[in-house]
Amino acid sequence: MRLFKDYIARKVMVFLTVMPGLLVFLMFVGLFQKSKAILAVKSFSELFLHSSWHPFSGEFGLLPFLMGTLWVTMVAMVLAVPISLLTAIYLSEYAPKLVREFTKPIVDLLAGIPSVVYGVWGVLLIVPLIGRHVAPVFGIYSSGYCVLSGGVVLAVMIFPTIIHVSLEVFSSVEYGLRETSLSLGATKWETVKHVVLRKGLQGIIAAVVLGLSRAFGETMAVLMVVGNVPKLPKSIFDAAYPLPALLANNYGEMMSVPLYDSALMLAALILLIVVLFFNILARFFLVRAERKAE
Amino acid sequence: MTGRRKIEENIFKTLMVVSTGVVIGCLLLIVGAIIVKSLPALKLSMITQTPKGGYYLGKEGGILNAIIGSLYLASGATLLALLLSLPIVLFLNLYAKKTSAFSTFTRFSLDVLWGIPSIVYGAFGFVIMVFLGLRASLLAGIVTVTLLELPIMARAMDEVIRMVPGALRDASYSLGATRLETALKVVVRQCLPGILTAVLIAFGRGIGDAASVIFTAGFSDRIPASLLQPAATLPLAIFFQLGTPFPEVQQRAYASAAVLTGIILLISLASRILIKKYARHTIR
Repeated sequence: MRLFKDYIARKVMVFLTVMPGLLVFLMFVGLFQKSKAILAVKSFSELFLHSSWHPFSGEFGLLPFLMGTLWVTMVAMVLAVPISLLTAIYLSEYAPKLVREFTKPIVDLLAGIPSVVYGVWGVLLIVPLIGRHVAPVFGIYSSGYCVLSGGVVLAVMIFPTIIHVSLEVFSSVEYGLRETSLSLGATKWETVKHVVLRKGLQGIIAAVVLGLSRAFGETMAVLMVVGNVPKLPKSIFDAAYPLPALLANNYGEMMSVPLYDSALMLAALILLIVVLFFNILARFFLVRAERKAE
Repeated sequence: MTGRRKIEENIFKTLMVVSTGVVIGCLLLIVGAIIVKSLPALKLSMITQTPKGGYYLGKEGGILNAIIGSLYLASGATLLALLLSLPIVLFLNLYAKKTSAFSTFTRFSLDVLWGIPSIVYGAFGFVIMVFLGLRASLLAGIVTVTLLELPIMARAMDEVIRMVPGALRDASYSLGATRLETALKVVVRQCLPGILTAVLIAFGRGIGDAASVIFTAGFSDRIPASLLQPAATLPLAIFFQLGTPFPEVQQRAYASAAVLTGIILLISLASRILIKKYARHTIR
């Protein structure tokens, strides 16, 4: 009887364990099925290289949304990568124990804050700050609902991802190496620069790529601060309309217009493919980093 | 020469301290700004009443429907996700061989799932919903959020269960216990604090996520009475209130954001206390 229970449990477990792999596949197939309708009637260039988005007259140029996503993600990465890497180095190499114990929970809390709350914060602080104080410095008028605001909010959101992964990478660099470098007369920073960073390079790339894919798919917070105008942004003070925001904003009316839902599911499919690509890339680097550390 | 090296060291050290300050400052700024801005609108009626007619035009009421809706949704999804992910994690750690291609692939899939943006889960949930002929409802929302929470929970539990010393399992086997008995009575008990933490992390994620339920849970001013009714969620309520042109309703969005942040902080505090409390019972 006990063995029988064990046997049944085993079968159930195997069945469930197949699920995660299957789920990735199912998501891909499901979204692809839905976007087939539009892929069948529109050419590739019409969908991805045109910037006119008028679903009601049957024009589905996704370019403004692709560019919007790219701009916002780029700004976020430029801001987030140096700050979070420097923080991670500080926490792992320099910080006294007390500071480390104090900062780690804060990073965890940042990771736990819901994206809508980030959005509210962006509307409260970042948008007015950029509209009233930053843009005028450059002599540009901006409402503040722009690429830069989106980038700033996103950057804060991906701090935890990059800090977390890099901290893990730095802690896998063995102590002996640091000691050797220090005993040869290198300063602490030189040790970090030439030993820790070089040894951890693959892992750092993985951390950055993971941050990138997080930024790429983030929806609500960005949606609330970037302005959502389907035009190609020309500067970081222009409004943009990222791909995830397009999806979230239009679910209500998409059923009534022909091909509209198909176009949106195509947008979701693009997001899925890009994120899958980034994730696989990051895992690849992480695995190599692990092997190097061993 | 030595001077220049010293200067470089100091420049970078300063930059690092500044960066760390920025990261810490951001959390303080977020929590601070939301608390300060929400104070004028933060009334008890916010969390004890459902919206009266015209709430979104500035009339009386509260967001109880969204709070309850979010709790229903996140609890249902967390329970389902636990039922699905616990067997997966137990299988990976107790049954499958450590280096088998199957378990490597499953872990990899979980990592990939973890990275998929919630809006894509939303779209996928919508596809399933249409496929099954369901309407936007609490049930459809729960299914979607379950998928979203599954990888978060499974990965977190995997980390914990992996740490169980092999000797403990061997001892259990040698007493004649089957794998299942070892899994449930030894490993799960040993990992209880870790499992609870994983559950709380996933719950927090579920309660705060808006993008995945925007398609599937619908929105309603009433507290859902059955699984097939649409349910309001707190993040969406915040979003809709902020989107209105009325300043007093926007104020309420800030207040709702403060409520949501409060819930999240409570959950994270609870998980910290749980870890401390249960850590006594585990064998190291």
